[in-house]
Amino acid sequence: MSDITPADMPRQSGTLDHVIHVLRANPVTLIAFGMFAFLILSAVIGPAVVPYDPLATNASNALQPPSWAHWFGTDQIGRDVFSRVIVATRLDLTISVAAVAISFVVGSILGCIAGYWGGWPDIILNRFLDTIMAFPLFVLAMGIVAALGNTVENIIYATAIINMPFYARLVRAEVNIRRDAGFVRAAKLAGCSDIRVLATQIFPNALPPMMVQVSLNLGWAILNAAGLSFIGLGVSPPTAEWGIMVAEGANFIVSGEWWLAVFPGLWLMFAVFTFNLLGDGLRDIVDPRKRT
Amino acid sequence: MLAAFPRLRAILLRVAQAIPVVIGVVVISFLLTRALPGDPAVYFAGVAADEASIEETRVAMGLDRPLPVQFVHYVGDLMRGDLGQSLSSGRPVATDLANRLPASLELTLTALILAVVIAVPLGVLAATRPGTWVDHLCRVVVTAGVSLPTFFTGILLIYIFYYILGIAPSPLGRLDFIYLSPDHVTGFYLIDAALMGDWETWRGAAKQLILPAATLALFTLAPIARMTRAAMLTALSSDFIRTARAAGLSNRAVLYRYAFRNALLPVVTTLGMVFSFALGANVLVEKVFAWPGIGSYAVEALVVSDYAAVQGFVLAMALLFVALNLVIDLLYTAIDPRIGFDAQ
Repeated sequence: MSDITPADMPRQSGTLDHVIHVLRANPVTLIAFGMFAFLILSAVIGPAVVPYDPLATNASNALQPPSWAHWFGTDQIGRDVFSRVIVATRLDLTISVAAVAISFVVGSILGCIAGYWGGWPDIILNRFLDTIMAFPLFVLAMGIVAALGNTVENIIYATAIINMPFYARLVRAEVNIRRDAGFVRAAKLAGCSDIRVLATQIFPNALPPMMVQVSLNLGWAILNAAGLSFIGLGVSPPTAEWGIMVAEGANFIVSGEWWLAVFPGLWLMFAVFTFNLLGDGLRDIVDPRKRT
Repeated sequence: MLAAFPRLRAILLRVAQAIPVVIGVVVISFLLTRALPGDPAVYFAGVAADEASIEETRVAMGLDRPLPVQFVHYVGDLMRGDLGQSLSSGRPVATDLANRLPASLELTLTALILAVVIAVPLGVLAATRPGTWVDHLCRVVVTAGVSLPTFFTGILLIYIFYYILGIAPSPLGRLDFIYLSPDHVTGFYLIDAALMGDWETWRGAAKQLILPAATLALFTLAPIARMTRAAMLTALSSDFIRTARAAGLSNRAVLYRYAFRNALLPVVTTLGMVFSFALGANVLVEKVFAWPGIGSYAVEALVVSDYAAVQGFVLAMALLFVALNLVIDLLYTAIDPRIGFDAQ
């Protein structure tokens, strides 16, 4: 394992072969990648290509059922639901990606410190993570947003905080089992500092399981952020966002205008489903033993 | 003396382990209440407050003293069951929460029982008949269940069963206004109505309960079914099952007396995580169905920036969750005869 450089080239192509093999054997993963590309595309170019302005109201054309002109119908003040659903992709993805990125970075640093040096930082971190996990996580997110203030940034921080324990624990475990491995000792003997050994020798080994965690976590982060805005936190009304659109549409469901809530809800489901499929697919690639 | 009762010892040890967690929860709740945007004294003094009355509030609330002293006061208040005053209802937060807790518990417990009753047999069937339609159904339910936003499922169910089919009552609370709520005994409408022998009201309450409980159950079903299936597969492929089969035990005995009892342990462990999700999802379901529990109370409080109520709710939920986890672990001790002797 320690002689990386000469064995590196064949191993790389072996990984690629493995990826191709898994993708061929499991077309669902391929579809998941396609769905993921679609989501990214609608987040990037969506606002530029949608047929209507997502904020333009038109009172004479309110509450129209889906038609050729308005694929997903119009809402109570005549805004085009399709345009709003597509435009919302960017905001929803931004919130969840930012939140997951923060928990990834903070979790990695804390996990590395605790896993590599052990001792009291490890004990304190574990106690701290236990305490976070002692809260029902969504409820803790509500409390954090209420305490920090009702803004989109705070939704991101709250989602990051409740996801952080999963990353910190994963990294801590991965780092801990390798801190005395042969290649780590070799690197130390070669004169590398602790930080350098951690960053270049140990941490990269934790990346594959982390990627799986990221993918599964993104879906959950979207659900969480949408749930928070559904109860009126973070995103404020005229903005297009899936959770708030479902919340507004919910008032019309009892009178039969189903398209207001159903389409944003379906899109939300689609996004979460994509990330879950992707996570399962990535797990097949990274760790074939855990295939279910 | 305790050495003579290993089971009791294990239970006491587990209860003692919950204490640092409770302390941590209280510390975080305290920090959350003190991290209010801006100056809490300005906020609690009210809109029309001038400099002097803000200062007065600050002293009255002890906000001028150092944080550790404030913390001691906060813990003292908690010990007396004082969570502060709710600005919107004008009553103590603890009273409000206590009034609304039975509604939330009734909903959550019904949903969990429903989820366990469906998910465990589904997981067992899927594990014993791999590759059949039961297995595929299990997989679909598990994947769909984790992708479905709870609030969206609730709205869909309302649309289908209330608007299209017209068989569900309007999704507004625990009991239609044509019924009188039953006398308060436990606060659980189903139990109270049954105690009074008022079956008309019981049916009314059950009708209101079924959709929100089903929504929550759909959400919690997935992890339980997934875990049951995996645990059953592991148990069925282990050596003691092979031995039991070789000894000529009936299929039924092998399945239920040997495999299932062992598979139950990891399932009970996941219940802790499931509770965490269920208590969070409970807030969303209560909002969708206008269910008068503590979740919708917190949502209403959030809208009007009633921070004491929100923080009281967060603390109450965390303590409830710690208590539930404790009960699960104690159950675990009861199910697994080995634990009492293994624990030191």
